[in-house]
Amino acid sequence: MLDLFAYAAFFLVTALSYGIICLGLNVQWGQTGLFNVGVAGFVAIGAYTSALLTTPDMAGRFGGFGLPIWLGWIAAMLVSGVAAALIGAITLRLRADYLAITTFGIAIAIQLVALNAETVTGGPFGIGFIPRAFGGLEDRPIIFNLANLALVAIVTALLYYGLERLVRSPWGRVLRAIREDEMAAASLGKNANFFRIQAFALGSAIMGLAGAVQAHFIGFIAPENYVSTMTFQVWAMLIIGGSGNNRGALLGAVLVWALWSVTGAVLAAFVPGEYQARAAALQIVLIGVALAALLVLRPRGILGEEKMISRFLNE
Amino acid sequence: MNLQFIADGLIMGALIGLGAIGVTLTYSILRFANFAHGEFLAWGTYFTLALASGFGAMFGGSGTLGSLSFGWPVIVAGVLAALLTGILALALDRLLFAKLRDRGNAIVMVMASFGASMALRSLLEFIFTSEPAYFSRDIQMALPMAFGIRLTPDQLFLLAMTAVLVLVMERFMALSPIGRAMRAVSENPVLARIAGVDVERVIRATWMIGGALACAAGVMLGITVQIRPFMGFDLLLPLFAAAILGGIGSVPGAVLGGLIVGIAEATAVQVVGADYRAAIAFLILIAVLLVRPAGIFGVRE
Amino acid sequence: MSQAILAIDGLEAGYEPGSAIVRGISLEVKAGEIVTILGPNGAGKSTLIKAIAGLVPKFSGSVALDGEDITGSPAHVLARQGLGFVPQTENVFTSMSIADNLRLAADILPKRERAAKIDQMFALFPDLARQRQLAAGRLSGGQRQMLAVARALIASPRILMLDEASAGLSPKLVGQVFAKLAEIRHTGITILMVEQNARAALALADRAIILVEGKAAHEGKAADIASDPVIRELYLGLAPAKGTA
Repeated sequence: MLDLFAYAAFFLVTALSYGIICLGLNVQWGQTGLFNVGVAGFVAIGAYTSALLTTPDMAGRFGGFGLPIWLGWIAAMLVSGVAAALIGAITLRLRADYLAITTFGIAIAIQLVALNAETVTGGPFGIGFIPRAFGGLEDRPIIFNLANLALVAIVTALLYYGLERLVRSPWGRVLRAIREDEMAAASLGKNANFFRIQAFALGSAIMGLAGAVQAHFIGFIAPENYVSTMTFQVWAMLIIGGSGNNRGALLGAVLVWALWSVTGAVLAAFVPGEYQARAAALQIVLIGVALAALLVLRPRGILGEEKMISRFLNE
Repeated sequence: MNLQFIADGLIMGALIGLGAIGVTLTYSILRFANFAHGEFLAWGTYFTLALASGFGAMFGGSGTLGSLSFGWPVIVAGVLAALLTGILALALDRLLFAKLRDRGNAIVMVMASFGASMALRSLLEFIFTSEPAYFSRDIQMALPMAFGIRLTPDQLFLLAMTAVLVLVMERFMALSPIGRAMRAVSENPVLARIAGVDVERVIRATWMIGGALACAAGVMLGITVQIRPFMGFDLLLPLFAAAILGGIGSVPGAVLGGLIVGIAEATAVQVVGADYRAAIAFLILIAVLLVRPAGIFGVRE
Repeated sequence: MSQAILAIDGLEAGYEPGSAIVRGISLEVKAGEIVTILGPNGAGKSTLIKAIAGLVPKFSGSVALDGEDITGSPAHVLARQGLGFVPQTENVFTSMSIADNLRLAADILPKRERAAKIDQMFALFPDLARQRQLAAGRLSGGQRQMLAVARALIASPRILMLDEASAGLSPKLVGQVFAKLAEIRHTGITILMVEQNARAALALADRAIILVEGKAAHEGKAADIASDPVIRELYLGLAPAKGTA
């Protein structure tokens, strides 16, 4: 029973960390209409940045500055955000698809660096001994997981609140105008681009934060965590929950992660060992089909975009 | 200096170019970047593998042709597989892209293609596992060419095949009514309809051609390297880089872009080692977007 | 009374369902006739002609071409059914050569007729014939308009429709385009044209229809419309008639 409790807390921490990524993606896609195929890359930047800054010094590897976790989090946001701003500055003035292709490329490039720059990233083995939040409670898993859950829940709530404020601010309205109305975007001219870059950088900074949060919860990171499957999962979460809706982003994250964990557990329990890899592939097929079907049949997702126009009319 | 890497780059570049033709055509005619295009390469190759082993089992022997490492079964299977890959692309369009096209949001189509790519690739992994497969395990003797470069008979054959395919494609686009209609739709779909072009027919032709050429590119990769479910996905970035470098919509541009990317990758392997090979396409892509976003043969918008 | 080539009955059309821009238009164009549609900006002239050409959704009413109902035909089928349309802007394929522009339009004809038809167009437009391999994007505005007309004529349409053929052209070029239209009218072609340039259009047309807020406000012989002082001033922005039109 208590184990189940610990697992539930563990599950929720992970799901909420995905929820944070979804909130970031929602700023980019839901609010601004920017398609980012490199989600995993920006999460990885955050995770590695924070890990490098906060791990203890280690022979043969760059980094290990032993800084406090909260500093790692902030640095994760900054580095991911700046990387995104650079990519945005290059591609957002061009066709919309070029952002998709370039972000796809940057995720691959980051994956390569993570795999090969061994003196910085630890190569294929990744980085271990990342200080965990509430690390002193590690030997009591229930308390440890609950404490982390509380922390992640607070971070998520703060982000949610901040983003909701932002969506309703003049800045949020400009973003929607740019997304909805070509004419409005054109009349803003170069400014429209600057707004897009801001939104893209903000979204990626949030993804970077999520990467750091995950890294400090699990305690180690490796390149294989940040492959295109992650990007794909996050997209499925946002679309299923309802893009353009922050509650939808969180709901989608919890639902899809639950679905993913349950199917994974069922496969592990019932599929014989030699077929496990095949079964895992089938898991991705199913989510891919679900995502495509949803785009065709119910593009608004479960919650759909929150209508904000009527609010303005009432004001 | 050993120039052998140029030969490797040439082979890689030729197959990237073949694949990029499909990318550039779908991008310019259907107006979206198709992330599932890499899967057409992989599916085409597995279609060929399955058919070829089927033929082998039916007619016996794994006869090779001249000094090539493969024989008629692979060639006939490849032609049939090209057709099947075209049909796969058509089916995907019918089930997915056509339904989203009417809504007029290109980025949703990009997203759908990303989902389709994950599903198609994982389906290959489910059916064939992620273990690499080979058309043949024979080791071929490389023949000396010029400047100390050696090519295997397979490589020579594939380079010649690429040259023929590219030439046929180029003439087809320039002279045939369908090619003309494809160019017209890519520039201005509304005017094309006014001029009597059946856009749906052009779209079908685009998928068939893109799928068939992707199959050819995949089989080339399968013969010269190996067959894996990820083979197409791993090539996606080079394909996009080649298509954008050449200029979206340009068939010769895609091929030239492919050759440049292929040779640049091979050169980079010589200079900095193989670890960062996959980043070359990304660097080329960024450079093109910074310096000349319209590409070599593209029209500035 | 001769058979109407184009017969439109109670047509309502627009971009968004529920907000029709063309609001119940009926008109006929008879064989060999040139009819012009005039009216103030925003009257729905362009929407009307685009709806006929299958580019804007029709909500109700019918369109018949030579007695055949074409209300539901998509644009590319209309081209085969004998409707030639020259849009106002982007009316040539700039990346394609002049010859390819014409070949593309000729591709809807039976194979053996294509070459002869293209030659016929080059004979009619000698300026184009001199530079067949030139990319259409390098043509001047007036030449583009000529190429667009040639492209629309190549399949021998039963009716030629022009959306503001004079838009964006200098007065001299407008004169040239209309002179060319006057020249081809001798081939017996039927023309329906939307125009801003009322003076030039009325000089060429047999009949005119004045469109106001999506409805036909006036209809009559071009000469009568041209000399009606009220219409001239209210709808056409022309100075009062000086005796003759």
